[in-house]
Amino acid sequence: MKSFALVSFICAAVLFCITAAPPATAQVSDWHQIKVAPLPAFHPQEPKRIKLPNGLVIFLQEDHELPLIDGSIRIRGGSRSEAANKVGLLEIYGEVWRTGGTKKQTGDQLDDYLEIRAAKVETGSNQDSTTIGWSCLKADFDDVFKGVSDLLRAPEFREEKVDLAQRELFDAISRRNDDVGGIAARESTKLAYGPQSPYARVPEYKTVAAVTRQDLLDWHHAHVHPNNIILGVTGDFDSVAMEAKLRQSFGSWTAGPAIEKPEIKFQPAKPGYYLIPKEDVNQSNIRMVTLGIQRNNPDYYAAQVFNEAFGGGFSSRLFQSIRTKKGLAYGVGGGIGSAFDHPGILRLSMGTKSQTTVESIQALYDEVDRLAKQPIGDEEIQRAKDSILNSFVFNFDSPEKVLRERMAYEFYGYPADFLEQYRAGVEKVGKADVARVAAKYLHKDQLAVLVVGNTTDFDKPLASLGPVTNVDISIPPPPSEAQEPAAKPDAKPAQ
Amino acid sequence: MKYRAISFLTILFALSAALAGAQDLASFEKRITVKKLANGLTVVICERPEAPVFSFFTHVDAGSVQDPMGKTGLAHMFEHMAFKGTDKIGTTDYPAEKVALAKVEEAYAAYIAERDKSTGRDEQKLKQLEKTWQDDIAEAEKYVKPNEFPQILESNGVEGLNAFTNLDETAYHYSLPGNRLELWAYLESERFMHPVMREFYKERNVVIEERRLRTDSNPVGRLLEQFVTAAYQAHPYHRPTIGWMSDLNSFSATDAQKFFDEYYIPSNMVVAVVGDVKPSEAMPIIEKYFGRIPSHEKPDERTTTEPPQNSERRVVLRQTAQPLYLEGYHRPDYRSKDDAVYDAIADLMSNGRTSRLYRALVRDKKIAADSAGFTGLPGNKYPHLFAFYAFPMPGHKPEEMGEAIHSEIERLKKEDISDEELKMITTRAKANLLRGLANNEGLAIQLATYQARYDDWRELFHQVENLDKVTKADIRRVANQTFVPTNRTVGIIETVAPSDQKGGAQ
Repeated sequence: MKSFALVSFICAAVLFCITAAPPATAQVSDWHQIKVAPLPAFHPQEPKRIKLPNGLVIFLQEDHELPLIDGSIRIRGGSRSEAANKVGLLEIYGEVWRTGGTKKQTGDQLDDYLEIRAAKVETGSNQDSTTIGWSCLKADFDDVFKGVSDLLRAPEFREEKVDLAQRELFDAISRRNDDVGGIAARESTKLAYGPQSPYARVPEYKTVAAVTRQDLLDWHHAHVHPNNIILGVTGDFDSVAMEAKLRQSFGSWTAGPAIEKPEIKFQPAKPGYYLIPKEDVNQSNIRMVTLGIQRNNPDYYAAQVFNEAFGGGFSSRLFQSIRTKKGLAYGVGGGIGSAFDHPGILRLSMGTKSQTTVESIQALYDEVDRLAKQPIGDEEIQRAKDSILNSFVFNFDSPEKVLRERMAYEFYGYPADFLEQYRAGVEKVGKADVARVAAKYLHKDQLAVLVVGNTTDFDKPLASLGPVTNVDISIPPPPSEAQEPAAKPDAKPAQ
Repeated sequence: MKYRAISFLTILFALSAALAGAQDLASFEKRITVKKLANGLTVVICERPEAPVFSFFTHVDAGSVQDPMGKTGLAHMFEHMAFKGTDKIGTTDYPAEKVALAKVEEAYAAYIAERDKSTGRDEQKLKQLEKTWQDDIAEAEKYVKPNEFPQILESNGVEGLNAFTNLDETAYHYSLPGNRLELWAYLESERFMHPVMREFYKERNVVIEERRLRTDSNPVGRLLEQFVTAAYQAHPYHRPTIGWMSDLNSFSATDAQKFFDEYYIPSNMVVAVVGDVKPSEAMPIIEKYFGRIPSHEKPDERTTTEPPQNSERRVVLRQTAQPLYLEGYHRPDYRSKDDAVYDAIADLMSNGRTSRLYRALVRDKKIAADSAGFTGLPGNKYPHLFAFYAFPMPGHKPEEMGEAIHSEIERLKKEDISDEELKMITTRAKANLLRGLANNEGLAIQLATYQARYDDWRELFHQVENLDKVTKADIRRVANQTFVPTNRTVGIIETVAPSDQKGGAQ
């Protein structure tokens, strides 16, 4: 202990003179002097891929750190395929699949069965797929997996839980205009894709009320076939034994019709200004949007470098200029968004006090203009690439993350080594590439600019920038009281 | 960069409900090295060589409870300033910048002295003083390399660079590739040796925007602020972490520096590092850098004790937003012998679809979209609140939520919970503890927080045994003691048409 005390005494003394004199040679006084050794080669363990004759794809990723076994099942087909007059169907399906139980167990019985084992089984849905995920102690795997495969093969979607899910969705609809950030996200997505786009539309009382138990059963029977399923398991198991178990569970399941990706057209809003007045806020939410790109676009790598340099972290132009220099925002950022199998959204976002709303729009415009006048330079590009490449290891620093990536590539038909291609792609990006994607995708006069805010306190009327379209976000009331489940007598559970 | 009131406490709650066998503790004993440095700073290293990365968590035992009177928001403001660099990072010429920053402070003091005069303010003079202040700011900015500190980290591949402040503490955290440990030790220690209050007044505007985002423009944020303020009249828990608007518009860089000097002392700090680090190699490096932080005596952190509440208090916000019901009861701090009993009650009432509030209010009565009880509002280092909330379904009123919650509370007071329920609580805690051990960031948070709060990270595992000892009688006793109307504060959002709204944004 003595020597430590001494070290600390010496350090304190050196410190003391740093402000007055150059630092002592032994003491590091500048971060540049700190050597960074190369990161040791790290080859994350790849999951084992198995394709059953019926088309079901399995990934097994052993991880023996803790006595847990977790898994996820992803099934093709999601809310982008639901009927326009039943928007919300997949949201209800994703909940009632689990709460509605199986032929053998009601959802409530399943709750008790799992909770006593501290296990979780949850179902869900998103735009292009539905999911079942589980997490359990290793010792409980057989018990829990039985519940999972029952849900997969013999769900019951009991009527009483359909009713409950509908009520909950009605509640969510009634609350959707309470949170200003939520309004901005929802409405800017509609501007980017078109208000009726399956990627943008939201459930209404009427469309939710139209959903029946039969719709859920029909959806299930149309989609849940082994050839539409990707299953991943990670945790403390032996792959050989697990493979045998899964083959036994699913091997005899026969394939069904394949799910086709729906044909979806995009109708971005006309460029211009869109306004949603909100009286109970003192901060304006600003979103500038247009269509982004698909991830297999050759421009993806340059776009990622551009995003990092323009609207990514602390070093980005938007953060430096709008937050640090001008103090106009707490949250500011954006970039050319991407998605695996359809265009993402190019979106610039910020929040600023009502009194600097128009000033902030101007400040965002200035940054877009500056891209042409003062293109993103070598130093900025180097910083952006360093940031992406040096943090690259965090894409695969756990077996579970590696599994998740591989499952995503499998789902969207991307090459298994897409992450490696990404690294190589980013390394090659140069100044001209970044300038080219900026010029190709980001145009001030092609953006739809949405403002959600308290108009009476704006520095200038939004109309001083150009013609303004008011966006009506009032919630269409339920078609009639009779159709609202809140007023209908409790349905009998289907047993 | 952000303050958290509830979310962090939820994590703490999840942690304190943790449970694991002796075997797990033993395996951790082997991987964990703790050392208190000569200056009083505690280092916890946990080896987890799954991948060549590491995470750290710096826990500073000072939060907004330590904000001086009239300067609410200062602890959080300093947290933002800890990203602004040091005398060597973020500047082109520190000696010159230092002089310029001193001028800014002088000009600001003169400006607010005139601005805040209650009588005889000279508007002409005020304008002049403001201009001088702004000119001095512009002068000081000439020496700034903006965001150089975070830029170094970003170029080095940082992940999850952030920090938070709550009433109890301030914390800083991120992850880096494993070959950057020394760089991290240098940067993290430097910012707590020589922070420089540069660009302070612009950052203050950023923080004010954060207030508008989280509190003023958010109905739940508005309710929570009013609710907590009503529940605490004497103890500093009545202060919002983000700060009151007028305080944000008056405190200075000098104030923030003073706060730092007083509270950021090594004996108030625990640094936990988890990942691909060998203690034998890492400890000397960490000691070399963090050992430099000068120490002085601990400041006086005594706080006013909240007197017993002897009548129910109600806060009703009339908003255009949808309704919400919230109620809280005073309870003792986290060191109370009944701490595990409160955790058991929270778990029983709230955890998952088997929880009592879900089953009663959501599943059976169908009057709420969501309902739960939780402990740790607005903090847990000092005596705090055990709270319940419910989001009423369309057509149902907040008062109805209160009644339904109270009938569940009555059950707790009058009937023993079942053996199955008691078992479920401990089994779940065991599994949740395990799940929390599987990532560097989460583990660093837990180890640093438990080390700071109990002076022993092992308490993370011991919490489990405490939970195991909770009896049915304990639950009835604590429920009867705590959940009484005179000990209650109620917060309600009542929905009104837009033109009738009161107490909205300022």
